[in-house]
Amino acid sequence: MIKSFLGYLHSGVTPGEAGNLIWISIYVLLVFAGVSLGVMFMNWFERKIMAHMQVRMGPMRVGPHGLLQPIADALKLIIKEDLMPSNADKLVFWFAPVCVVMTAFCAFIVVPFGRTHAITDMNIGVVFMLGVSSLGVLGVIMAGWASNSHYSLMGSLRSGAQMVSYEVAMSMAVVSAVMMTSMATGTGTLSMIGIVQAQMQQHIWFVFSFFPVGLIALAVFAIAMVAETNRAPFDLPEAESELVAGFMTEYSGFRWSLFFLAEYTSMMAVSSIATTLWLGGWLRPFPNLLGGRNWDLAFSLVPGLTFAILALLCFLTFTRMPRIRAMRGDTAGLGGLACLLGILAVVLLLPGVRERVQDIFWFTSKVAFFMYFYVWGRTTFPRYRFDQLMTIGWKVLLPISIAVVILTALIGVRQDLFALVRR
Amino acid sequence: MSDNQFYESLDETKPGRTFLDSNELVLNMGPQHPSTHGVLRVILKLDGEKVNGIECVIGYLHRGIEKIAENRTWAGFGPFVDRLDYTAAVSNSLGYCLAVEKLLGVEVPKRAQYLRVILTELCRLASHQVWLGTHVLDIGAVTPLFYAFRDRETILGVFEKYCGARLTTHAFRIGGCRWDAYPGFAEEVLKVCDDLLPMIDEYRHLITGNRIWLQRTKNVGYISPEDCMSYSITGPVLRGSGIAWDLRKAQPYSSYEDFEFDIPTGTAGDTFDRYVVRVEEMRQSIRIIRQAVEGLPEGPIIARVPKVIKPPAGEVYVSTEAPKGELGYFMVSDGGPQPYRVRVRPPSFINLQALEKMAKGSLVADVVAIIGTLDIVLGEVDR
Amino acid sequence: MDGFERGKQGVNRMPDVPEGNLPEPAPEKTPVAPAAAAPAAAPKPATVPWESALVVQLRSVYGAAIQTAATYAGQKYLVVDRSVCHEVLGTLYQQAGYTFLTDLTAVHYPKDALPFEIVWILYSMAEEQRVRVKARFADGEEVPSVTARWAGANWMEREVYDMFGIRFAGHPDLRRILLPEDWTGHPLRKDYGLRQQDADWVQKNLGIESGQ
Repeated sequence: MIKSFLGYLHSGVTPGEAGNLIWISIYVLLVFAGVSLGVMFMNWFERKIMAHMQVRMGPMRVGPHGLLQPIADALKLIIKEDLMPSNADKLVFWFAPVCVVMTAFCAFIVVPFGRTHAITDMNIGVVFMLGVSSLGVLGVIMAGWASNSHYSLMGSLRSGAQMVSYEVAMSMAVVSAVMMTSMATGTGTLSMIGIVQAQMQQHIWFVFSFFPVGLIALAVFAIAMVAETNRAPFDLPEAESELVAGFMTEYSGFRWSLFFLAEYTSMMAVSSIATTLWLGGWLRPFPNLLGGRNWDLAFSLVPGLTFAILALLCFLTFTRMPRIRAMRGDTAGLGGLACLLGILAVVLLLPGVRERVQDIFWFTSKVAFFMYFYVWGRTTFPRYRFDQLMTIGWKVLLPISIAVVILTALIGVRQDLFALVRR
Repeated sequence: MSDNQFYESLDETKPGRTFLDSNELVLNMGPQHPSTHGVLRVILKLDGEKVNGIECVIGYLHRGIEKIAENRTWAGFGPFVDRLDYTAAVSNSLGYCLAVEKLLGVEVPKRAQYLRVILTELCRLASHQVWLGTHVLDIGAVTPLFYAFRDRETILGVFEKYCGARLTTHAFRIGGCRWDAYPGFAEEVLKVCDDLLPMIDEYRHLITGNRIWLQRTKNVGYISPEDCMSYSITGPVLRGSGIAWDLRKAQPYSSYEDFEFDIPTGTAGDTFDRYVVRVEEMRQSIRIIRQAVEGLPEGPIIARVPKVIKPPAGEVYVSTEAPKGELGYFMVSDGGPQPYRVRVRPPSFINLQALEKMAKGSLVADVVAIIGTLDIVLGEVDR
Repeated sequence: MDGFERGKQGVNRMPDVPEGNLPEPAPEKTPVAPAAAAPAAAPKPATVPWESALVVQLRSVYGAAIQTAATYAGQKYLVVDRSVCHEVLGTLYQQAGYTFLTDLTAVHYPKDALPFEIVWILYSMAEEQRVRVKARFADGEEVPSVTARWAGANWMEREVYDMFGIRFAGHPDLRRILLPEDWTGHPLRKDYGLRQQDADWVQKNLGIESGQ
């Protein structure tokens, strides 16, 4: 038992591939905890970033600089009264948020945070992720139907139609990236880990390959994923001024928080797809151009240094806090946070840890980059009207993505032909 | 058709009919609603997304101001008038004071007229800031609201220093102004203008050039110039449709003829043109304020007016160009100390009639945009 | 210093003038010398007969039905007989260029034989001139509606009906606009009290005693 437990550590594969149940469970718990933590952080992050872009402060009271705000929100939602409309279809009403949350979290089974840092690696990883996210549409429609209200029904139908439309363009962009994986070896792969390894072998992130086709593919995917997750500027079904909250109108308390959780989780899931397919997944920047032991060492220090800088900023803010009684709690909290980040920084700088954590850090920071764009987009853009939204999905993004696929194929074949000819 | 008839047309208890059989949905944007700018109820008759008919139900903010006027003295009614268009309190006051002064035959000193112009134009800026923030918010962009209200704070700060109140100021009296410009008034007002002008350019970068904004506002809520005349529409809505008519130029009052400014006019009569007209009006207001501040003459700020105001019997109709349109006061005096009849010609009330014309045939999401572009204030609609 | 502090220190008081309105200058005594730049008193408003080609034309068509054509405080108005008011409005619209209906309202003179005076305020954009057309109507009499010519008169007439109880003949949808549909009473009439409410409506819809 212990042997099987420890034996996994020396295999070079994910627990799912190794078939090690204990480690699978551990990884599942870790991923679940990590994603939930990420959602809570996203809540704070979004409110703070939106506030700062709007010349205001955002949450400041609950914990230092509002850092405990997500916890307060979660608590509030849990203790809120759970309403159900009297004419609602009870089973479906109960099941809809469950469905959405389950599918959103299921997508994280194949997300690779590193070569071995994934729950498992299916050979159809990308398709699995896309398929599972599509199941979320079912949950949305169920929610609208079960609520037994005009507003909710209209909202859910619109939301469903929107998600389905943009999935097509998304999938086309994914196809083009998958095609690029076959450039070096002649065989492509749908496995998430395989795609990153293909980027590693070809010494290029797919966003830069076949320039600018890779970039356009990423752009199409990025726009489609914003629409897929019902975020601004495509959030008509959700934040619509006259439909109140669309399909979520009748949900309150814990059930609503499940929808909220599912939304952020699916945002992270599609960002993970984008990161894996185009931004090189867990690969650090310039592994070949800036290769060699010294550069490797330098880059491996980055995670630790990032947390060290954050700790320093926390500490500086801590020293600048007003020294009055009412702010004692906040000041103490901030100091504690600074210490925590400092310890984390030190731990991440330890040689044993920093090699293993590198991958996770780079992957997470790329996903965070996408999340920032999500928030930035929400703050800046007005909303598209529904017919304009559908027009963009079908008449603009789909043709572009098909063109991207064709171009990728042509360019890929051309390079292959050249290689053949030279040989 | 009354409310009841509306709902009856979709009676689900009629045999065989279910909710899915009707191809018309009645959607109620009720009095409490994030986008209706106050307590306005809009009943939409929808065919899918398309609007087939609109009915506005108003009167939720009806306070009987016209009845109250008959029970107050002429001077004592002054504060009530601020509560009509509460986003630009001073412009209501200006019209009222001008009307009573006309009844009395009182001429307002030049300094008071210039002060009135400065304060009224500042209020026009403040009112347009509210419009800008809320209109853009309805269409989905959440950020310009905060920028607009931040700029509005600077204007309200000037009012607070001038008369102590930010919103309902009661700054004008019959005969002139109540307070003189405080020391530093001119510099502060000029600073407000200097700070605001680059902000207007920022709005242009953030909103006007934004492709999504253009798609949401171009060709939305069209009204032709002929319909504008027929519906008695005034203000930026009329100017957006191409008719260059502004009471400050057509029938100048309170020394507006001394100032040089343009009347921004649109061509297409859609939401986008009305937006551009109002933003340009903000620029022109700044121009007027600068000229007024630089040319502010010395002298008394209030004319000699009797202690008890008893205008001789007669009637008068005086109107001014308020930020929302032509705000008119029809006053009937019977020679007594209280008005016999005060009729407020409310621009928002009359402009709101055109909502059905503008929104019929468009989509639901556009209704919200059109209500925003009409720039209504329910205090004025309902009085 | 902000307004609050200035008020406390009495900084922003008008010089030489007590709180409130100025005292009326005492008659037959030496008037208080006005400040150097005070304007000369403007002439009091007076009723001046309005002579113009338009009035001549109207009188030639309608004769004595045009009861008064005058200006007061420089504002032109016509008082016409109720039988011709609709046609006069039409003439002004078509031939004199008064194509814009600025306002439509009513005044109640309970002591007169014809207690309701309907006022139409028209505006000509071409000449930038305004004219008021007034006509007296009896209680219960229907006023011809102008909604066919000016669509904007719809809500204006509904409000007059709501506030005064005057019905308009030919109005497509005459019902209350500001007050609830089932309210009884017309508040702007002079016999309607200032604090009066429709007690039944309040009791039925709000469940409280009227006046609370």
